[in-house]
This record gives sequence, structure tokens and C-alpha cells, in this order.
Amino acid sequence: MALLEVRGLSAGYGRARVLFDVELELGAGEVVMLTGRNGAGKSTTLKAIMGLIAREGDLRFGATPLGRLEAFEIARLGLGYVPEDRRIFTALTVAENLQVGRRAPRPGLPAWDEARVFALFAPLAAMKERPGARMSGGEQKMLAIARTLMGNPRAVLLDEPSEGLAPLVVRQMAAALAELKRAGVSVLVCEQNAQFAARLADRAYVIERGTVRPA
Amino acid sequence: MSGSALLLQFLNGLAGANSLFLVAAGLSLIFGVSRIVNFAHGSLYMLGMYVAVWLAPATGFWAAVLLAALIVAATGALVEIGVLRRLYQAPELLQLLATFALVLIVRDFALWAWGPQDMLGPRAPGFGDAVFIAGAAFPRYDLLLIALGPLVFVLLHALLTRTRWGTLVRAATEDREMAAALGVNQRWLFTGIFGLGALLAGAGGALAVPREPASLAVDLAAISDAFVVVVVGGLGSVPGAFLAALVIGEVKAFCIGYGYSEITLAVEFIVMAVVLVLRPWGLLGKPLPAPRGAAAVEPPLGRIDRKAALALACLAALLAGLPLAGDEYTLVLATDILVFALFAVSLHFIMGPGGLASFGHAAYLGLGAYGAALLLLRAHAPTEAALALAPLLALGGAALCGWFAVRLAGVYLAMLTLAFAQIVWSIAFQWDSVTGGSNGLIGVWPAPWLASKSAYYYLALLVCGIGIALLWRALGAPLGYTLRAGRDAPLRADAIGIDVRRVQWIGFAIAGTFAGIAGALYAFSKGSISPETLSVPRSVDALVMVLLGGVQTLTGPAWGAVLFVWLQDELAREVEYWRAAIGAVVLALVLVFPRGLAGYLKERFAR
Ligand SMILES: Nc1ncnc2c1ncn2[C@@H]1O[C@H](COP(=O)(O)OP(=O)(O)OP(=O)(O)O)[C@@H](O)[C@H]1O
Ligand SMILES: [Mg+2]
Repeated sequence: MALLEVRGLSAGYGRARVLFDVELELGAGEVVMLTGRNGAGKSTTLKAIMGLIAREGDLRFGATPLGRLEAFEIARLGLGYVPEDRRIFTALTVAENLQVGRRAPRPGLPAWDEARVFALFAPLAAMKERPGARMSGGEQKMLAIARTLMGNPRAVLLDEPSEGLAPLVVRQMAAALAELKRAGVSVLVCEQNAQFAARLADRAYVIERGTVRPA
Repeated sequence: MSGSALLLQFLNGLAGANSLFLVAAGLSLIFGVSRIVNFAHGSLYMLGMYVAVWLAPATGFWAAVLLAALIVAATGALVEIGVLRRLYQAPELLQLLATFALVLIVRDFALWAWGPQDMLGPRAPGFGDAVFIAGAAFPRYDLLLIALGPLVFVLLHALLTRTRWGTLVRAATEDREMAAALGVNQRWLFTGIFGLGALLAGAGGALAVPREPASLAVDLAAISDAFVVVVVGGLGSVPGAFLAALVIGEVKAFCIGYGYSEITLAVEFIVMAVVLVLRPWGLLGKPLPAPRGAAAVEPPLGRIDRKAALALACLAALLAGLPLAGDEYTLVLATDILVFALFAVSLHFIMGPGGLASFGHAAYLGLGAYGAALLLLRAHAPTEAALALAPLLALGGAALCGWFAVRLAGVYLAMLTLAFAQIVWSIAFQWDSVTGGSNGLIGVWPAPWLASKSAYYYLALLVCGIGIALLWRALGAPLGYTLRAGRDAPLRADAIGIDVRRVQWIGFAIAGTFAGIAGALYAFSKGSISPETLSVPRSVDALVMVLLGGVQTLTGPAWGAVLFVWLQDELAREVEYWRAAIGAVVLALVLVFPRGLAGYLKERFAR
């Protein structure tokens, strides 16, 4: 049985419908890629799953239907979300950003703590007390992922992890993703950089004009 | 003034800054997280005072302070759970209105529970005497307050920066949605922050008890002070509130020390206006991010088509026939309704299409009313001249306040206009020799040919009818369109050559002038005026009328005025605590019809 199951998802902004009848699945321990042109609706799909915008459809995480849950409840179930625009709390330091994401460990999964996320993203360890406002885009991206991991998610919705990163950092990011996979975290990743994700992904979906088909 | 007197004034200012800081910090914290400006924060302060005075004989002073703070904190938390929680997605204006409804309810509650007299509290045991500083006596208790302010500031700062709860609060202040996506349950966070803010206000009130008596006027006085402080310091910034409380506390102390207590508010206003013009987000504040999912674009206002014009003409004919059918009481009520319809339509003119929601529109009504009365009584002008010239005073006031107002938006605009109205009110209230002070002016009767109720009713019908028609007409003319353009797309309007600020300024002045016309008519219809004519609750009445009818409708505000004045008349006759009743009605309306009655009906029948 899939960990995350999405059936007949439709969503949009105000009157503008963006998604129609999206269907996708994410198995336990799987890394699945979601691709598509700019504006195809990738980010919207993740936001809709997360309950950040109004949506309709059958969504299930583990055994729990997500339809009536609010974003914070969905997050507490163990579904993490890393937005495309990072949304670091700029007034908070790196350590404080991590603290916001911190949640109790889940039975059966090794817990994430500061030491472990710093091992994954070494550059962050050197700037624990730096406020988010004074970090580069790449550093913020790492922090955004690290912050979500602090919640010990069973699955992560990861929006464009390599966007705007220098090639070296992209490689670091790919290594981090591989490490996540080894740790047993499922990942649904939106990615433009096909090379980046294709090496790691078990499967891929293509989203086009608001509907999804397997690649 | 000698050196030691200066020093004492300075210390006095520091002591006063303490309660300013406690109220403003709570207001600022609540705003930071929830983006709600809690109008009722002054009421919580007042509640803290009353509860402390009430409990002190039984429990002793210190226990009373503690209990008062806790009781007020619990009240704040309950209010959040019961009311505000339902309004986080609602437009800013409705949130302000809902919290204002709470002001009315709390005030009537205090009236019911403790009566209309001021209540003197006990002194703090062990702090009742004076100490000598540089040879002059200074209350020992005030020294305690001076020490307490910084202590609370440090504690609050530690709470916000050293605890996980504080970190979550700061995270939610910056990005609520992201905090939620990380699993933060905002509900309890918001309830907690409201409780904390209320705790601070309650403690501030309770601690002020040895310095001033508890009275029913404390709520609005406290909230306008707190507004000034948070605007000067920067909304959402606790250090800003601390700094600004010191500045304003000193300003107040020195104004009073030099014997100019009347102009305190005016000086405060000037400080605030200067800060707002130089640093629109306050001394230590940050520019507010545009709220996520900003207001939906509204469809244009309806126009008066042939059918509607016919209906209005029939209505006018009906109204013209009213004196034949109605008794005097009905005519007086109908005159009131006409006057307030013009008042509401004038507010809507600048608030709806102009997008500048004034929280002090009664200032212009009052300026018109006082202008007319003063021209008649002091300059012995004939009625006709008084009616015609009085609105110019309102025009002047609106031009002055509007010059600042068009540079601001949202809650800052609300606070500035409110503070301006509060100043006009305090001038009317305190300048005894000219305005008659709290008693107001009596004997404002019109010339003999207008003396009968029906003659005056016809005058009101004519003037208000023409006034409303002109304002509605202007909204469908280029002026109205440019106002709308400035509201919906200021940058684009600017780019096509519209001087947005100028147009808004003109709009503001026009709205004020028509409110002044309504005010002049009002003065002669009542025969007397008092500062209540231009008090803050009166300004809020106007907002309620407009919102009741629907901001995004053309004729709605006029209907809102009809309904409101009629309702108020009924309630005031039938219900002792009619203010609280109005508050309850407003609250219900805000929760049930967020688009106003006309808006609701339009939506209903457009389907
Ligand atoms: N906040 C919003 N309000 C209204 N429309 C939006 C909003 N965000 C996105 N859209 C629209 O929804 C559609 C899908 O956007 P989405 O962000 O999901 O695309 P995407 O596939 O993530 O694109 P990209 O590769 O550029 O990130 C686009 O047409 C976009 O214009
Ligand atoms: Mg995207």
C-alpha cells in the first residue's frame, strides 16, 4: 500500500482552476519525481496535498484521510514540506529555524536532531547563530530542508531543491537526497533539472495542463 | 523651570511610560502574530483597573493586582476563542469593527458591574509615601513603576527569544502558513498570545490604580495612547513599543508639567504624524509584508440606471409626503436618519472607492456642528450663513488630516485618523470658554421659518438629498474612477499620469466637507451639541452604517444608516444597556454578514 495516495485532486487559486483530477502515489521509501513545464502546476500540487490551498479529492497518508485536516495536522502526521521559495524565517537564527521544525521522534525511525542535519548539510554547522536574513539562497535552501527534517517526517514534499544552485552545491544536494533515501524517508520531488533527480528517482510523473501522467 | 523640577518631570514621564508600555506591548504582540489591531485593548486595561479596585479591599493590593491581571488574561483568551478566531481571514476593517464592538460591550459591563462613578483605588502598601529627590517630593510608588517597565521588557524579551514558545511566536509573526506547514498549531499560539497581551494590559491597568481612579473613559484614552505608541514604535515590535512609550511618556509629562495638559494629545499627534511621514513603519518597525492573498478585486460599483432612478424618485416623493402623515417624533427621527445617511454616504465616498477607511470621520461631522453653533452663538450669524459656512471648518480639518492620511494605508491610516478625531474631541472637550467644554453648546435653534419640525425636515430632505446625489454622481464621474484606480492599482494609475495622492486628498476633503454639512444640519436639528458628536464611538457608528450596507455597493451605506439610526432609536428606548446591545448586533453582523446587508442581498439575488 502506498504511503501517500492522491486521487482526483483538483485545486486552484480563487476562481482560477489549476489542477484537474491529479492522481499519484508515493510508496514507503520511494523517491518519486514530478516534472512539467513552468506553470504546469507542480508547486500547486504540493501545496494542495499539504492543505495550504483549498482543494478537493481523495487524499490519504498512511491510513489517514487528509481531506478535513489542516496543514499543521498534516505536518504532524509526518508529511514534511519544503517550499520552492524556501520561506526561511528571516528574523530567526539557523538554530531557531530548526527549533521551529522540531517534533517528537517517530517510533521505528532514527530521530533527526541538530547534529544529524548538520552532518547532512555541513555549511549550516558553521552559521548556527546567523539570522536567516543574512544567508545566501543556497544556504537557505539547505536550511529549509534541514528544518523540515527536524520534524522527523516519514515523507517529504520537496519543491525544486536544485533551483538556482551552483553545480557544486547541486551535487551536495543530490548527495543529501541520496542520504535521505538511505534513511528511509520517502520523497516527492518537483524538479526541472531532470539529470539531478533522474539518477535518484525510482519513478517519475509528468504534469501537463493540470493533469498528471506517468513518465 | 528649575533643574530639580525638570528631573521630577522626567521621572514622572518614566513612571507614566510604564503603563503605556504594558498596554502597547500587548497590542503590538497581538498585532504581530494575528495581524489584528485589538481596539478592545484599552478596555482590557480598564477592566484590569476596575477588577483591582474591586478586589483590593478583600485581598489586599498586591494580590488584587495579580488576580486582576490573571482575570483579564483569561478574558482575553476567551475573547480570542469565541470571536477573533473566526475573523482571521476577514477583511481588516471587519476585524477592527468586531473588536470595537467588544469595547462597547466591556464598557457597559463595567457600568453594570461598578456603576458610573469613578472609583478610587487603594495605595500600594509600603509605597504610599514620598521620597525626596534633589530636594523635591516624589511618590515612592512611581519609582517602583520606573523600575518595573524595564523589568517587564527584559522578561518579555527573554520569553520571546529564549523559549521555544517565543521562537514559535516569532516564526508565526513572520510567516503563519509556513509555521503551520511545519506542524505548529497556531490556534493555541494565538490564544496564548492574546492571553499574554491581555495579561499585560490587565497588569498595566491594575498597577495604574494608585495613580488614577478607575473610570469608564479610561478605555478609549488608553487605546488612543497605545495606538500612538505602537505607531511611533513600529507595529509588532516590542523594543519599539518600549522606546516609543518612553518618548510619549516624556512628552505627556512635560506637557502637563508646563501646564499645557490640554494640548498633550495634539503634541502626541504631531509626534506620531512626523514619525509616520518620515518612517511610515515606525521607529523600530519593519515595513509590513503585503498580506498573503490580498483583497480580491471588487467588481465596479453599480450605477443608478433608469429603473433605480425611478425608484429613488418615488422614494423622494414618499419622503416629501411624510410630514402629512407622521407625528413630530417620526419627523425628528426621519431628520436624524437623513443627516446620518449623508454622513454615511460621505464616509463611503472615501472609504469604498477611495480605499481610505477613516476611523475618525465624526471629527468632520463634529467640526461642521461646532462650526454652525459657534457661528450662530459667538458670531451671531444668521442660520442660513451658519449652515453654509460651517462645512468650511470641516473642510479645513479634513484637508489637514487628509494630507497625512493619504500617505498611509491600512491600520496605520485607521490609527492616524482615529488619533486626529481624538484630538478634535479633546479640544472640544477642554476648551471651555469657546466650546462649552463637556457640557457643549445649547440654544442652537434655527431661524423662525425653520423652527417647525416639518420645515426643518424639508430642509434636511433637500440638502441631504442633493448632497447624496452629488456624491453618488461624483463616483460615476472621472473623480470617482480615478479614486478607484488609485485604490486598486496605485502604480499603474501613477504611470498613466494620475497624481494618486492628490486625488485621494481631494476625495478626503470632499468627504469631510459633506460630513460637515451633515454636522451643521445636525446641530440645528438638536438645538444643542456636545463633544459626543465627534467622539470615537460616533466615528465607529459611521463605519458600522457603511459596512452594514456594504462597502462595495453604491446605495448600501445609505440603507445602512437608515437601519442603524432606527435600530439605535429602538434600542435606546427599550434597553438600558443599549451600547452593549449595539455591540452585540455589530458582532453578530460581522460574523454572519461579512459583506454587509446590501452586499449579501446582491450576492443572494445575483445567483
Ligand atoms: N498564488 C497564486 N495565485 C494565482 N495563481 C497562481 C498562484 N501560484 C501559481 N499560480 C498559477 O498556477 C499555475 C501553476 O503554478 P505552479 O506554481 O504550480 O507551477 P509550477 O509547475 O510549480 O511552475 P514552476 O516550474 O515555474 O515552479 C500557473 O499558471 C500559475 O500562474
Ligand atoms: Mg513551482
